[in-house]
Amino acid sequence: MSLALIAALPFLGALLPGLMLRAGRNACALATGSVTLLALLGLLSHLPAVLRGEVVQARFEWLPALGLNANFFLDGLGFMFAGLILGIGLLIIIYARFYLSKTDPMDQFYTYLLLFQGAMVGIVLSDNILLLLIFWELTSLSSFLLIGYWKHLPEGRQGARMALTVTGMGGLALIGGMLILGNIAGSYDLTVILENREAIQDSDLYVPALLLILLGAFTKSAQFPFHFWLPHAMAAPTPVSAYLHSATMVKAGLFLMARLWPVLSGTDLWFYLVAGAGLITMTLGAVIALFKDDLKGLLAFSTVSHLGLITMLLGMGTEIAAVVAVFHIINHATFKAALFMTAGIVDHEAHTRDIKRLGGLRLLMPVTFIIGTIAAFSMAGLPPFNGFLSKEMMLHEAAHTSTLFMVMATVAATFSVAYSLRFVFHVFFGPKRDDYPAKPHDPGFGMWAAPALLVVLVILIGLFPKTMAGALVETVSKAVTQAEELPYYSLALWHGVNAALIMSMIAVATGAVLLALHKWLDSAWIATPRPEAKAIFDALLGAITRTATRFTDLLHDGAMSRYLAIFTAACVVIVAGAFFTADYLQGTRPPLPITNASIVGFVAIMVPTIALAFLHRNRYLSLVLMGVVGLILSVIFAYLSAPDLALTQLSVEVVTVILLLLALYFLPKETPRESSPARRWRDGLVGAGAGLGIGALIYALLRREPDNIGWYFLENSYTGGGGTNVVNVILVDFRGFDTFGEIIVLGVAGIAIFAMVATLMRGEGGRRLRAKASEHVKIGDRHPLMMVVATRAVLPIAVMVGIYIFWRGHSFPGGGFIAGLVVAVAVLMQYMASGLEWAQSRQRFAYHGMIAVGILTAAGTGIASWFFGYPFLKSTFGYVTIPPLSKFEVASAMAFDVGVFLTVLGSVMLALAELSRMGRAADPDQPVNTDPMDIVTDGGAIRATSKDS
Amino acid sequence: MELLVAIIIGSLTAVGTYLMLRLRTFPVIVGLSLLAYAVNFFLFASGRLMLNSPPLLYVEGPHTDGLPQALTLTAIVIAFGMTAVAVIMALTAYLNGGSDKLDMQNEAPEVTPEERGQ
Repeated sequence: MSLALIAALPFLGALLPGLMLRAGRNACALATGSVTLLALLGLLSHLPAVLRGEVVQARFEWLPALGLNANFFLDGLGFMFAGLILGIGLLIIIYARFYLSKTDPMDQFYTYLLLFQGAMVGIVLSDNILLLLIFWELTSLSSFLLIGYWKHLPEGRQGARMALTVTGMGGLALIGGMLILGNIAGSYDLTVILENREAIQDSDLYVPALLLILLGAFTKSAQFPFHFWLPHAMAAPTPVSAYLHSATMVKAGLFLMARLWPVLSGTDLWFYLVAGAGLITMTLGAVIALFKDDLKGLLAFSTVSHLGLITMLLGMGTEIAAVVAVFHIINHATFKAALFMTAGIVDHEAHTRDIKRLGGLRLLMPVTFIIGTIAAFSMAGLPPFNGFLSKEMMLHEAAHTSTLFMVMATVAATFSVAYSLRFVFHVFFGPKRDDYPAKPHDPGFGMWAAPALLVVLVILIGLFPKTMAGALVETVSKAVTQAEELPYYSLALWHGVNAALIMSMIAVATGAVLLALHKWLDSAWIATPRPEAKAIFDALLGAITRTATRFTDLLHDGAMSRYLAIFTAACVVIVAGAFFTADYLQGTRPPLPITNASIVGFVAIMVPTIALAFLHRNRYLSLVLMGVVGLILSVIFAYLSAPDLALTQLSVEVVTVILLLLALYFLPKETPRESSPARRWRDGLVGAGAGLGIGALIYALLRREPDNIGWYFLENSYTGGGGTNVVNVILVDFRGFDTFGEIIVLGVAGIAIFAMVATLMRGEGGRRLRAKASEHVKIGDRHPLMMVVATRAVLPIAVMVGIYIFWRGHSFPGGGFIAGLVVAVAVLMQYMASGLEWAQSRQRFAYHGMIAVGILTAAGTGIASWFFGYPFLKSTFGYVTIPPLSKFEVASAMAFDVGVFLTVLGSVMLALAELSRMGRAADPDQPVNTDPMDIVTDGGAIRATSKDS
Repeated sequence: MELLVAIIIGSLTAVGTYLMLRLRTFPVIVGLSLLAYAVNFFLFASGRLMLNSPPLLYVEGPHTDGLPQALTLTAIVIAFGMTAVAVIMALTAYLNGGSDKLDMQNEAPEVTPEERGQ
């Protein structure tokens, strides 16, 4: 199976749970599980190749110009992680089926889980680091949804927010670090980066890159001092904790460090930062874990500790330490996921996770007891379980690093023994109690099957490490270190009496003593003041939020005119600053001479523009002035060789003025003078600054010789597009995809207006509108005779003109946009003259439908070219002669233009018809005349209807 | 000629901005329209000014650049869509909020006693 498909399967599968839930919870879980199983099988199909040391690849170009490509590769390391993600994911899906209660929305849970799974698989299979970053962010987002799954719990929401803040921040740092890394290596492909160790470590940017990448890895893997979010994320449902916070997501940071180990490790900085942080985290986590009464809290800090252990091993920078790290990743995933599931079972059955309220469950839950004990002993590092093997190897490496590492590692191991034993003894041993919140008993097979399977692995890997994991560890370690041959190591229970064994024995003995003294130690611990991470985090976040709010309020206090003024003034100042600090080169393009006609046009547009600034309070007058500006602008377009623009501007101006007139029917007719003279001066200055800037900019541009691609369209529009009107050919052919987007926007605008009016009419506004009906001034003659007759006579002619403009558009000024507007104006005149009812009752097609048909026609034209093996919207043309017409050209782009025409017509009409519908609603008492001026045949007698009858 | 065009575009921008900074919705919409004119004219002018040379291939050359014209053409139509949505939003705000002020936060709608009675 292609690697891309393996990564895509969970994402595609995320659509299933929502659909399958209707078929029942089992079907939902089954569908989810099948998706994961399929992906897992796909992954396993690559196992032989991976074990042979081959690197499986799948490459797709996505945005090659940015270096962002969907490149995937699979080697030992990726295989191990993908196997953990999909394998444990499958177990979690089974477990969650029985864990979630009937009231929990299971479909959401599985959807989030699959999204998360896909993102994780994406991280470990990505070859391109930009792609990896995308998946990295997706894990932060999807884990946010999972942690906050129980939306009603405040801890869940707060924990989710904290996790997102910390890991999201780290993710941002990681983006910076990875971009630097890619820049040094000259490629964003991991396979290339991994071959550039010298270049990267010699670069001046190595230190910032390393710091940023480690920030990302440490936050994700909960390393000190970012470890605090993980325990708070335990508010998530237990399957989430078992999956994200033990087996997968928190290991993403480890994965990253392992992945980049060949190029980043080996320097002093790497050692001190990574091994140091790991060492502190390992010890600190182990100590805190002993004093946690919440089962999941204990496991969370234990996870922090074990992640620290692996980080420390990676930080040591030796190949043998990397081997141990790999081995411990496998072991930790098996026993810790089993332990989380055990904790979930206890919580599920006893209704509490508080260790102080538990005890004596050995006899009540024998199966859970066995599973939990084996897993906990493995966590403690007791033989013959797998945790023992990797812990011994870790102690061996620590003993050979320095005395500090030896001592700290022993301390960590001691506490690790203590909390692991506490998990067993304080929960399962001791006397049976009679005050459990619920009567505990073993759950059904479905719930303990998954942890049981993991525990079997714990034992088998412990007893037969070579057979079970030898090949995998070797392949993965080679992938991590990129070494041909690994140094000697042996996976075995017995290595003879050595330093590690002695350290281990000290740890077990001291750990047992610590547990025996737990009661006294615990009261001492509670009495000691400690920094509370959540309080610090909240205080810090609060301070940042307050500062940001204060700053924002200063600039952006909710008054739109205020921030518009600040925004405009800031732009003007910045641009002016840039202009006056740089050199200015005078343009060389000779100016066009100023003709008499141009002076007339100049005066004609400047007078109403300036007048608007002073006379805008009279709204009807301002509308007239605005209309004049628009009309003169269309004349200017025509004068400056843009006939299509002139036609468009003209027809748009007409519909805009009608639109605003209709709106003004409802709005006050005067704008009161509200702003102070000082404020008007301020606004005038801001406006003048903006005008000066824009004017200067366009003047500078106009005086320069163009360096553009316009010639291409001039040369190719006839030969390539079959039309002589370059503008139209660009619209429907060369840049058809742009136009397609534009008409969709226009259609959306029309439908949005429809929705807004419908909502308005139903609500308070509609009531107010009807209440105000009496205030509106009514005209005496609603359907003036001359206007009704004239508009009806004009309608067929206007439509004919529209069709003509449409038809000639490809070769002469015109086209779908203009034709749509012209026909809209013609239809609009019927509304104005004969009234809404008359026009609506004669209108056969709903305007929304027209928009839909228009967009579908345009899309269909584009899709049709697929059937001829061409890309979307590729057009073709030919010449046809239909007698008695002269020879004319037919291009497939004309069908596209029909779509444009229909969308424009539909949108414009929808907007205006909705406004007139409002007007009608505002005037419910007005008698309705559905046939003004119509000739009605009534039983043979013909009479003309009088108006308003 | 270039100077005249620059002055026109600059003035449209200046007056449009000034009107957009007013406190009632209607002048803001008119200001928005003026700004749209300015932007469209700017876009069109970026193809440089030429007289009597439309981008129609059946006319003798030289031809002016057709691309800015095509982009401006759709921009004009989209500007209409935008204005229409803004108008309906202004109307909705006026009818629901009882005032056509731009900033109505912390203000009770101006409900007259007669209206409340109905």
